[in-house]
Amino acid sequence: MTMTHSETKSARISGTRLGYRFNIVGMVGLSIILCWALVAIFAPLIIPYPVGEIVDLDYFGPMSRDFWLGSDYLGRDMLSRILMGARYTVGISLAAVTIACFSGVVLGMIAAVAGGWLDTVLSRFLDALNSIPSKLFGLVVVAAVGSSIPVLILTLSVIYIPGAYRFARALAVNINAMDFITVARIRGESTLYLIRSEILPNIVGPVLADLGIRFVFIVLLLSGLSFLGLGVQPPYADWGALVRENIGGLPFGAPAVMAPSFAIASLTISVNLLIDNLPKKIRDRSE
Amino acid sequence: MVNLVGIRDLKVEATTDSGRRVEIINGVSFDIAEGEIVALIGESGSGKTTIALTLMGHARPGCRISGGSVSVAGKDMVTLSEKQRARVRGTEVTYVPQSAAAAFNPAATIMDQVIEITRIHQLMSSDEARAKAVDLFRALSLPEPETIGSRYPHQVSGGQLQRLSAAMALIGDPKLVIFDEPTTALDVTTQIEVLRAFKSVMKAGGIAGVYVSHDLAVVAQIADRIVVLRGGEMQETGTTQEILNGAKHPYTRELLAAFEPKPRGAADTADTVPAPLLTIEDLVAGYGPRQADGLPLVRAVEHVTLKVEKGRNLGIIGESGCGKSTLARAIAGILPAAVGKVVFDGKELGPSARERSREQLREMQIVFQYADTALNPAKSVEDILARPLAFYHGMNAKARSARIDELLDMVRLPRNLRHRRPTELSGGQKQRVNFARALAAEPKLILCDEITSALDAVVATAVIDLLKELQRELGLSYIFISHDLSVVEAICDEIVVMYGGRKVEEITPAKVKTPQHPYSQLLFSSVPKLDPAWLDGLEQDPELVRAYCRR
Amino acid sequence: MNNRVLSLVLSRLLIAVITLVIVSFAVFFATTLLPGDTATILLGQAATPEAIEGLRKAMHLDEPSIFRFLRWIVGLLQGDLGTSYANEMPVADLIGGRFVNTLQLAGVTALFSVPIALTLGITAAMLRGSLYDRAVTVLTIGVISVPEFMIATSAVLIFAVYLKWLPALSFANEVTSLTDLLRIYAMPVITLTFVISAQMIRMTRAAVIETLNTPYVEMALLKGASRPRIVFRHALPNALGPIVNAVALSLSYLLGGVIIVETIFNYPGIAKLMVDAVATRDLPLIQSCAMIFCLGYLLLITTADIIAILSNPRLR
Repeated sequence: MTMTHSETKSARISGTRLGYRFNIVGMVGLSIILCWALVAIFAPLIIPYPVGEIVDLDYFGPMSRDFWLGSDYLGRDMLSRILMGARYTVGISLAAVTIACFSGVVLGMIAAVAGGWLDTVLSRFLDALNSIPSKLFGLVVVAAVGSSIPVLILTLSVIYIPGAYRFARALAVNINAMDFITVARIRGESTLYLIRSEILPNIVGPVLADLGIRFVFIVLLLSGLSFLGLGVQPPYADWGALVRENIGGLPFGAPAVMAPSFAIASLTISVNLLIDNLPKKIRDRSE
Repeated sequence: MVNLVGIRDLKVEATTDSGRRVEIINGVSFDIAEGEIVALIGESGSGKTTIALTLMGHARPGCRISGGSVSVAGKDMVTLSEKQRARVRGTEVTYVPQSAAAAFNPAATIMDQVIEITRIHQLMSSDEARAKAVDLFRALSLPEPETIGSRYPHQVSGGQLQRLSAAMALIGDPKLVIFDEPTTALDVTTQIEVLRAFKSVMKAGGIAGVYVSHDLAVVAQIADRIVVLRGGEMQETGTTQEILNGAKHPYTRELLAAFEPKPRGAADTADTVPAPLLTIEDLVAGYGPRQADGLPLVRAVEHVTLKVEKGRNLGIIGESGCGKSTLARAIAGILPAAVGKVVFDGKELGPSARERSREQLREMQIVFQYADTALNPAKSVEDILARPLAFYHGMNAKARSARIDELLDMVRLPRNLRHRRPTELSGGQKQRVNFARALAAEPKLILCDEITSALDAVVATAVIDLLKELQRELGLSYIFISHDLSVVEAICDEIVVMYGGRKVEEITPAKVKTPQHPYSQLLFSSVPKLDPAWLDGLEQDPELVRAYCRR
Repeated sequence: MNNRVLSLVLSRLLIAVITLVIVSFAVFFATTLLPGDTATILLGQAATPEAIEGLRKAMHLDEPSIFRFLRWIVGLLQGDLGTSYANEMPVADLIGGRFVNTLQLAGVTALFSVPIALTLGITAAMLRGSLYDRAVTVLTIGVISVPEFMIATSAVLIFAVYLKWLPALSFANEVTSLTDLLRIYAMPVITLTFVISAQMIRMTRAAVIETLNTPYVEMALLKGASRPRIVFRHALPNALGPIVNAVALSLSYLLGGVIIVETIFNYPGIAKLMVDAVATRDLPLIQSCAMIFCLGYLLLITTADIIAILSNPRLR
């Protein structure tokens, strides 16, 4: 599912340097993403309290000067835990989405160019894999192998390879039907050349947008698994695990429950906003 | 005569990607009298359809009527409210679209759509409307007028749909009908029947019309007056006779000049001993799984034999579905022939491109119809041209760069174009780059598959002239595949006529002027001429028409 | 129904069956081949090697895996889902009542969300570019972008903690009156409705907009047709296939949704059962639940495809 079709024309306060138009909504999205990326990299340097240390006398403490986002079920500083949690959520998702999209796109292009039985077998198999609901797949694998960060990364990428494959294959099949591919074929070019030089440059834009959407899916699935206690295991905690361990604070309306959720939402919504408002090259040819 | 339509100083603006507004119609004014048919003529992007749609108060998404007035039967379509406009549409002004196939709702029967106007505007009872529709079907000489309405759009042919869409437009007894390139998508032999049907019902009802087209010869048959447009501005207007015989504006003259027959001067090599460059023997090609006899299920080309001599050109002509493009693909090895031999320069080639040597591939190049899809949009002109140079000739970067300049000179493109992407070029420029890429291989034979069909007439003429020049300079041979007889006549020494996958006749225009085979005669006589009396005077054997036209 | 439609439908069904075989293969091997020895896990580390060996024999664990797979499949086909490791009860008995509970939850959610989502999706497409359309778009992006548990926790915070209208937890066994029923179902249904409606609205809107951009819709406009007529006579009949597809696909999100929702609201459904089974590594139970979920998903997708084929006027 590509997330196009959103009309955010209201935000036409735009930068037009370099012949690109980038609207304000997209820029806000990009800056939030960059913020979280920086947090993920430099978290140990900026956290106000050590993550494992009980610093508040109260548990499920409210927001205060000392504890900006309150404290958790043991009285640990929530802000520090969320900043550290960014490492797991962003890091694992990024690794998984990279593996998923890379494999999916490469397989998709090969299937499109090669066609024939290879295409049929690959498509049928990956479609079947796709008809296992993602959370279920996660549950089954965790039940079988247990949860560790490498297992999580691999599982998440396997779950999203079929989608990436399908998307890239559909694009590549369209490009493959173009006459310039036929021209290259009867010039005597190899399959590798066709994929690398003729097809890839034409699908790289949509593929990157798809990578963003898949990143969102992966963040959500990882958070969901962690929330169920099947994702990142203690003592480490990603944002989903933070919600799980503090869910007892829900009846008190403790900030510890909602704050990690807001962190997830801020990241995923920003990615969606950025994708819907990517910089557009200005193509103004007055005909 | 009273004027039915008066367009005054019409301006339409469009919003571009970056939100900038540009005027695409700039101050156009003309009138249409009751019962008069006015043609709007111009190349793509001239604004002819945009103007025609303003007569219904309609502007396509992204466009807006920004000034002037469009008066139809005393109402200004620009200032009417959307509700009032809806009342006029279908009753006073109606529309016949370019592609009837796309304009019919696939989910409803033809009859329901033809009489929909009478339902919307409550013009008559449903039974009356059906009876009237059947009368119209008959008047438009549609087959099985009683029952054709109960079919779905995908169950009838393109030519029939086009006439059915005219019935749809005429059901509400309009004062004005807009025809938007209604025959462009049709084959010439089909076009005649459709044009005749349009002309007779318009005459019979005394209905005024606007006929949008890029084809002067078609327009000459049906229009009383012609308005010549270019870039959203009017160039010239006058009666059909005035425009055809005494055009004043240089652009109109250019359009007319594109029609002048330019038969190929007697082939330079006529008296030398002909040496065959390419011979095709008994070639069969098609699609679908192979049958027991080793032939494909659907055979698009059946047992075709032909020959191309060095330095001479062969034209292959026929209507859509005759197998001419499949033949080209079989020759090039894109679609391997099931049976038959392709002998090129004395050696037999493998049926598939994969079985041919790099040198063999280099010597025979193919140029496709749509430069838009034949050029990789992600690459610059430079990169597109450099690849065959590196691939076939192993040139280094410096040699490539020098050669690219030469190639651009050859196809008459400015050298600084090399850094641009295909999307930044015009249609004619793209086709030249497309051709330059074939030249880069330094071939002996170039297969040209409908290379001028997507171009405007003036641009196409220039491309043909270029091809002729290059042939003189480089000693190439062309196989020229087209549905357009005038193009083929302009450049080819031999013409092969194809029908239903078979070669029906081979003609050498330098020796024989008129074709012998009945289908060739039908095809040749169906090409519209600039003479306004051509259609009325044209007599075709109805038996022949029935035998060869899939209307 | 003509032959072409029939053959398309049959081939779609065949694909579904093939897919199911591949899926069952994947589920079986993922659960039985990867991990350590089941017998050891069941008996604990302290068990004697002889006891483990005996159990392996009894459970056919010593046979080649392909036989075990076939045995399992044949069992499934005969309705024998195996015996739970954790409490020695037949899996079918464990699943039975729970399955009905989940179906009820899904049914009630579909009953609410489908009409709401279709109305919002179609009207947003009709009023494309309006403030209303933009509001719907922003809302759906927002809902799609957040995890299900956030919607659930927010619902609890708003309706149970601050407004105190509804209980935070569901106990489907203690239904005594209609109001009880409403109160129990309310929170899970609200959450699930949000989760799947957002997808459905987006896809419906996109499908309708696509048909609104076709030449035959422009033609209807140029015939003088009113807006409702254009939408209901020309756009919707052609958007039906894609819309049904969107509904089926979105309903398949229910499967992911219920896993979270049943856990969070402690709803005694099959998804909760499965999450608990994962915690105890109760493989037969996990396998059966997984197969039920996959079957449900395939059923939805296949139905969507078949309806799309049947509603295509070009195949009539």
